[in-house]
Amino acid sequence: MDEPINLVLFSGTDDKLQAAAVLTAGAAALGKPVNVFLQYWALDAFRRERIDRDHGLAPEAGAEGKDHVDALRTAGQASWAETLRQAKDLGAVDIQACSLSMDLLGIEETDLDPLVDGVEGVTAFYLNAGAGQVVFI
Amino acid sequence: MDTLETTALEIGTTVDARGLSCPMPIVRTAQAIKTVASGALIEILATDPGSLKDFTAWCRSTGNELVEQTVDGPVYRFVIRRK
Repeated sequence: MDEPINLVLFSGTDDKLQAAAVLTAGAAALGKPVNVFLQYWALDAFRRERIDRDHGLAPEAGAEGKDHVDALRTAGQASWAETLRQAKDLGAVDIQACSLSMDLLGIEETDLDPLVDGVEGVTAFYLNAGAGQVVFI
Repeated sequence: MDTLETTALEIGTTVDARGLSCPMPIVRTAQAIKTVASGALIEILATDPGSLKDFTAWCRSTGNELVEQTVDGPVYRFVIRRK
């Protein structure tokens, strides 16, 4: 159980971030360490000023998919940001911003939500991943 | 039903996760079990259909004991003893 689960988040739509948050919280509840590496549009969604905004859905959701997602929200489903906060309370969840993506998007560390623990490069990410599985979302 | 009533007397904490979607029933349970002593019982009420397999797996993985598991209509009830 000691090898971490390593999630690389690339997509910045609410459905994919929700799926990633569920995977993170589930692993944390099992006592597995989780490393989350934020790239591109996922990183953009973690800006302090944007994290609580509507980030849309993946194209395959379509209108019907949006209705389902909206219904779950209306029923009180925790947002992905809230799910990640709870996961961090529960276990060893470390969320790092990809330094290349920071440059690309012109983001400073102070622009990021406090959920993000720091900034690192891909080498540090792989080092921390160890022999654990890497999942790209 | 005798066993349920007997157990109910010993339960210190109840997690009401009804209406919460995956993984919140497990997340709330993992939080709650930290607040009770080793050997104590907690009760969980959930409606997430994944609960049956999730709680079995969570207990197996964490070493906590799944003492009871019952279904009442849409509500799953679990009693877990902290290891």
